[in-house]
Amino acid sequence: MSAESTLSRRSFGQTMRADVWWAQPLVVFLGLGAFVVYSTWAALQGRNYYFGPYLSPFYSPEIFGPSPHSWFGAKPVWWPAWLIFSPSLLVLWAPGGFRLTCYYYRGAYYKAFWADPPACTVGEPRSTYLGERSFPLIMQNMHRYFLYLALLFILVLAHDVWKALWFVDPATGRTSFGMGVGTLVLAVNVVLLGGYTFGCHSLRHLIGGFLDQFSKSPACYRGYACVSCLNRRHMLWAWMSLFWVAFSDVYVRLCALGAWHDLRFF
Amino acid sequence: MPDYETFTHDVLIIGTGGAGLRAAIEASAAGVSVGMVSKCLLGKAHTVMAEGGIAAALANVDDRDNWKVHFADTMRGGQYVNNWRMAELHAREAPERVRELEAWGAVFDRTKDGRILQRNFGGHKYPRLAHVGDRTGLEMIRTLQDHGIHQGIDVHMEVCVLALLKDGARVSGAFAYDRERGRFRIFRAKAIILATGGIGKAYKITSNSWDCTGDGHALAYHAGAELIDMEYLQFHPTGMVWPPSVRGMLVTEGVRGEGGILTNNDGQRFMFDFIPENYKAQTADNEEEGWRYTQGDKEARRPPELLTRDHVARCIVREIKEGRGTPHGGVYLDISWIKKRLPKAEEHIKRKLPSMYHQFKQLGDVDITREPMEVGPTTHYIMGGVRVDADTQMSSVPGLFAAGECAAGINGANRLGGNSLSDLLVFGKRAGEFAAKFAREQSLGGVDEAVVKKLADEALQPFANGDKDNPYTVQRDLQEMMQHNVGIVREESEMQSALEHLKVLWERTKEVGVTGHRDFNPGWHTALDLKNLLTVSEAITRAALERKESRGAQFREDYPEKSAEFGKVNTIVWKGEDGGMQIRRETIPEMREELKRIIEEMK
Amino acid sequence: MKTAVFRIWRGNAAGGEFRDYETGVSEGMVVLDAIHHIQATEANDLACRWNCKAGKCGSCSAEVNGMPRLMCMTRLSELPLDKPVTVEPIKAFPLLKDLITDVSWNFRVKKKIKKFKPRPPDAPDGTWRMQQEDIDRVQEFRKCIECFLCQDVCHVLRDHRKYDEFIGPRFLIYVAALEMHPLDTEDRLEELRETQGIGYCNITKCCTKVCPESIHITDNAIIPLKERVVDDYYDPLGWLWKKMRRKKGSGGS
Repeated sequence: MSAESTLSRRSFGQTMRADVWWAQPLVVFLGLGAFVVYSTWAALQGRNYYFGPYLSPFYSPEIFGPSPHSWFGAKPVWWPAWLIFSPSLLVLWAPGGFRLTCYYYRGAYYKAFWADPPACTVGEPRSTYLGERSFPLIMQNMHRYFLYLALLFILVLAHDVWKALWFVDPATGRTSFGMGVGTLVLAVNVVLLGGYTFGCHSLRHLIGGFLDQFSKSPACYRGYACVSCLNRRHMLWAWMSLFWVAFSDVYVRLCALGAWHDLRFF
Repeated sequence: MPDYETFTHDVLIIGTGGAGLRAAIEASAAGVSVGMVSKCLLGKAHTVMAEGGIAAALANVDDRDNWKVHFADTMRGGQYVNNWRMAELHAREAPERVRELEAWGAVFDRTKDGRILQRNFGGHKYPRLAHVGDRTGLEMIRTLQDHGIHQGIDVHMEVCVLALLKDGARVSGAFAYDRERGRFRIFRAKAIILATGGIGKAYKITSNSWDCTGDGHALAYHAGAELIDMEYLQFHPTGMVWPPSVRGMLVTEGVRGEGGILTNNDGQRFMFDFIPENYKAQTADNEEEGWRYTQGDKEARRPPELLTRDHVARCIVREIKEGRGTPHGGVYLDISWIKKRLPKAEEHIKRKLPSMYHQFKQLGDVDITREPMEVGPTTHYIMGGVRVDADTQMSSVPGLFAAGECAAGINGANRLGGNSLSDLLVFGKRAGEFAAKFAREQSLGGVDEAVVKKLADEALQPFANGDKDNPYTVQRDLQEMMQHNVGIVREESEMQSALEHLKVLWERTKEVGVTGHRDFNPGWHTALDLKNLLTVSEAITRAALERKESRGAQFREDYPEKSAEFGKVNTIVWKGEDGGMQIRRETIPEMREELKRIIEEMK
Repeated sequence: MKTAVFRIWRGNAAGGEFRDYETGVSEGMVVLDAIHHIQATEANDLACRWNCKAGKCGSCSAEVNGMPRLMCMTRLSELPLDKPVTVEPIKAFPLLKDLITDVSWNFRVKKKIKKFKPRPPDAPDGTWRMQQEDIDRVQEFRKCIECFLCQDVCHVLRDHRKYDEFIGPRFLIYVAALEMHPLDTEDRLEELRETQGIGYCNITKCCTKVCPESIHITDNAIIPLKERVVDDYYDPLGWLWKKMRRKKGSGGS
């Protein structure tokens, strides 16, 4: 199209909107920014991530590591000395990648971090635009592979909740069934992460959305309906689970540091 | 010589609503070149407003239905002054036209066994309206539009035709201007189809768009074609009455089809009190039976709210006149009451009537799932229009065809809901088919330069008039006058005075002036539409004066009864030699025996 | 009577300015009523498109206080009337005059999308069988009234002017309605990726936000289409899986 609109392109931040359009991107910027900073810090700590039967979700599954939760024992001997080690770094990339390529977060951080656009009908800082059709953003199409991993993580974290129901008596060394606030924290974490993961747009497609005739595959349709139901509130699930996973880490960490006393119900 | 651009098509179609698009598809499929002219953008025509559905005897929901029942319903609804051949063709061909839409991508609501779902509507004996929620018109126009754009049809958007051009007796083209730049255009064509829709903008309270200014009626009239049945103007019983800015906006009959009831300010369900004789046998006499009917009970008879529109509208007017109306001058239409009968009624209402829910919530602050709506009659549809041959849709002017609301005949004295969408399809197709045939047999007619010059000068006159009179003011005065003098309830002296008013308005129209220039100037467009509005207003008034009886949509306070004598005739309006409007009565041709028998059987 | 000031863009491709008009405000009034009132009294030649005034035709699209809206569905009671209400033409398309823009690009784009191609009829009478659950998705997209507010708000068109490489949200839902149509047999994924530029969408959801028909454009149409494109172009494992299943299926029959 050759003819240009006479009302020329708006410069960065320019808009006729009278509302506080910048509030939402700002909240997203602060919220996601805080999470990234905290999770990076927590992941690099490499300690205080477990307490009794509780394991911080940032560190689960613990493939190698010093805690009793480790699957394959301590840090492997072949690990290069110059490379920083934390059990978290081995696993955190997967759920991180899941969120990074998530359709909701994409839209949110393109706006909040990249001002592309800053908000609807608000002028942008750059005039070039590539979208998600060339490198690097074309990699966002890998989202479904991160989904497969995220689904495995749900299983692992659910197993962690199971483990958090078994307490070792330090005096006798006997294991007994019990429940603490930490157990609930981890259980809520799984529920929220499940709500987020099972409402994923890719899952919605893979479980049935790819079909054109639902009536021919009733099982797929039921699955599609369930995922769609969660998907409608995907943003809410995304934020709740994001907050809670960080909170779970904080909780375990505070317990491990002795700064907080974990209340046992029984 | 005025500056203009010339376009040539075999068939020119004026109007891009349902009828125009269906005609274009048919004509282009027949291999002739087709041009379409639209006052607005493609896909915005008034057809999008149709809510309820397309009436066609598909018999998907009730297998007792067939074209004969549909035919009999249409004739009964039209008080037997319909063009019976059109009613027959319509009833026979509508199912095929609907199935065709599905083949072109339309997505109708479904029955349990996967077929097209049909709903109940006023005056239809069985559930007959194929529908998509309450946005059937949109589905239809979009389907036709999306199918048509791949057929090589030229669409001239935002172009308005001011006059038809003739070569001798036959039509040879159209004189138009484009709204965007205000430049003149000449369309030369072997055949022209008028599909311009209605005339609602002649009235103050109407469900119609700005563009329903009776262009096709007026173009045909001034080109020498006859208009028929112009006294029959349908007032839809349920239009919004509050707030003022949405007064007249349509509330679909579907609300009543889903179980909505009409009550007055005493909370009384007044429709039970007045059931006309010829509908007594098929109307419920108690609330219980009426409710069962709306829920699909085949044994039950329809509730009186689903009687024909003319009747329901008159009952509402009476309630209001006799002081039983609502605070804003309407009556109550209540769908929320079905909570007493249905579990999850709220969800049900939102699913079945989404746009109604939305419309009242957003524009009226009324939640229809919780409280009743206030409604009153609104000018909705004109049964009268260009007189056409039933089979070919050609008017009395050779080469000039008409289809849809601007053509007349099928609906008689009152149209049943749902019959307009099927009318568009059935007769749009026929018009396209026969116009293409006509075009193939004819050569291009000539265009008289002197006529074009005169038309161009006339069109530009408002710019020369300065600010003598304001086109918007004249339009408003006309609308108020027609609303008051030639409304639902009519009377000799009021209509005589309407004719006097119209004379004055014609004079004022010559004087209206506009400011600005020719580029997209709504003031100018309004000034140019006035001629059409005045022409149809006069035709309505004269025809209504001529028919000294009450029948269907025509209700005369001074002649409140039906007359056997008038039941045998149609009124016909045409432009006389002297340029004045002429009127005569013409006897309705004898119906075929076979059709007579059908009507007898279905009584 | 209460009054309000409307700051309306007046002008054409050559230039223009905002002009203030004052009108009375009555109960239930919408922005389009104000425009009509101004037209009828102060500015006969104020250009504005409208048809149904009931939110069904999608003609009166404009930007009210900076947000794309249908003027007929924007009630004055939801706007702050202590300040002037700005009304401008939509920005994604060339201005013609006042509130009117040239939206013809949209009609050209639609023409280029492969048309509906149904499978052979299911029944001897030439009809098909579909269940309601098969068409729910498609019916949502077919609610579209083509007001082009989504095209206007989409920054790929509005700011980056990718008219030749991107078809915009309106036509992505159009393609979605065809692709998910239970009867359709055509494949449009290649164009979707190549010439129709679905990859340009970066999911800002502004289109969904402004849709007057509340169509979930992004979640229900664009993202599912992106996923379908992934199926065909970016999912090697899925591709293998399908290939194997097909082989197994053909071997069995």
